[in-house]
Amino acid sequence: MSIFNMDFETMPREALESIQLSRLKTTLERVHATVPFYKETFKNAGITPSDIKTLDDLRRIPFTVKQDLRDNYPYGMFAVPMANVVRIHASSGTTGLPTVVGYTRRDIETWSELMARCLVAGGATSNDIVHNAYGYGLFTGGLGVHYGAEKLGASVIPVSGGNTKRQIVIMRDFKPTILTGTPSYILHLAEVADEMGVSFADLSFKSGIFGAEPWSEDMRTDLETKLHLKAIDIYGLSEIMGPGVSIECHEAQKGLHIFEDHFIAEIIDPDTGENLAYGETGELVFTSITKEAFPIIRYRTRDITSLNPEPCICGRTHVRMNKVSGRTDDMLIIRGVNVFPSQIESVLMKSDNIQPHYQLVVDRIDNLDTLTVMVEVGRELFSDEIKTLQNMEKKLSSDIKEYLGVSAKIKLVEPKTIERSQGKAVRVIDRRKK
Amino acid sequence: MRVEQISIFLENKAGRLAEVTAILRDANVNIRALSLADTTDFGILRLIVNDNKTAEQTLKKEGFTVGKTNVLAIEVDDTPGGLNNVLDPLTSEGINVEYMYAFANPQGKNAIMIFRFHDLDRAIEILKNKGITIINGADVYNL
Repeated sequence: MSIFNMDFETMPREALESIQLSRLKTTLERVHATVPFYKETFKNAGITPSDIKTLDDLRRIPFTVKQDLRDNYPYGMFAVPMANVVRIHASSGTTGLPTVVGYTRRDIETWSELMARCLVAGGATSNDIVHNAYGYGLFTGGLGVHYGAEKLGASVIPVSGGNTKRQIVIMRDFKPTILTGTPSYILHLAEVADEMGVSFADLSFKSGIFGAEPWSEDMRTDLETKLHLKAIDIYGLSEIMGPGVSIECHEAQKGLHIFEDHFIAEIIDPDTGENLAYGETGELVFTSITKEAFPIIRYRTRDITSLNPEPCICGRTHVRMNKVSGRTDDMLIIRGVNVFPSQIESVLMKSDNIQPHYQLVVDRIDNLDTLTVMVEVGRELFSDEIKTLQNMEKKLSSDIKEYLGVSAKIKLVEPKTIERSQGKAVRVIDRRKK
Repeated sequence: MRVEQISIFLENKAGRLAEVTAILRDANVNIRALSLADTTDFGILRLIVNDNKTAEQTLKKEGFTVGKTNVLAIEVDDTPGGLNNVLDPLTSEGINVEYMYAFANPQGKNAIMIFRFHDLDRAIEILKNKGITIINGADVYNL
């Protein structure tokens, strides 16, 4: 079994689009009737749900943005009475009020099914043991993967994040075969395993499904070499559902299939809001078309990627999104140059002996933007000769200058200087006055 | 012939060196010789100790990046031209000294210096031909 739901995941495009349209219409009718925010939005745009007759008509509806969710905090965007809501999750709220989302029993069913599809796409079967190191709690990662693994019939170890040494012992003794978590926490796990003298080569993992933060193709090489498994990228966000919105298939590992029977994806120009064609890079926008408790229309994810409609060797007909290359809100403008942390990561990862632990510090000194890239000196990078380390600094600095066109100072720091995340990595510290 | 030296990456932060020496003290490791090479941002502490294994393990456990390098401990006459006698034959053979530092020798009247060459074997050969004394690792740790 390599596809969990053959009927839907390999559905011909024409049939898929007809399902999308009917589900979209139903969703629009529902939100118009039950969510004051959407009623108001539609009215201001001078449209009614019945004006939407084709999938392209969706473009006439205004976007929903993060601020709209904050303005309606906590339950204002819910489309069902609380009596029908069986679960509440919330985003971390690191940049303001948390975003609160709800699920009906059927929403949980849908989510479980989509996560089960993801696990299968990543190479799991009902015989696998899933070591789920996503945090359990308000964050959607832990419970999302958990329900999906149970739906699939796999055995799930609900280990959550943290308590890292104990996790290593569990991985060694329980012999899980599928590893799930955020890439930054997983790398932390690898580091601790190394300190404890446990090699991933001796563990039983075949696939790792890593998400909740963007990671580069070079990071894949690093993860796969260090962890001795196939690294699969999974995408999701609580506003749309949680993990399980899209997933790479283990056959191609090239782009993440978006479950289009539940979500409609668009790519827009983040500046003008105009729709972009397949292949063009811009901001990813999602409309959920089956959610009951928290449907969302044309939500701007701030994630930057492009869509690829080419058929995939795995047989899925759903469009693929390329790996998220950055976020519209984590793009740094340094002396007028647009810089995404992921680009710096790519440069660093090209160097064999660099640890994936880095942090960008942006500051303004004498009215001039400065970029410092902190890189930890691990065993592989270390040399007892100053000039070797200084040459390394120079090389990285000139590589960054060459690829990104921005000057950066490389600062070598001791191991574990950069804060290790249990959840998401803090890659950027911007000290410039806003 | 070779002496094993351990090296540690240190950021230039107040008190960092003292932390290393405290860790070694608590592990009952004696420092036989050391040198600190530094830049504005970081330094490399190189150490010859009486118990490499314990030193390496305890420092790693405390989260330091620890490297190991083979160096030579060479006896240098404590007379004018003593160091030059060692360097001259190496220079004429094109052997470059990567770094060097002195060693406290409580016993002999001669000085002992630690040398790092990229081509250790070649250096050993040249020095032996000149009758220069290279001190064994085991002797250095316990001098």
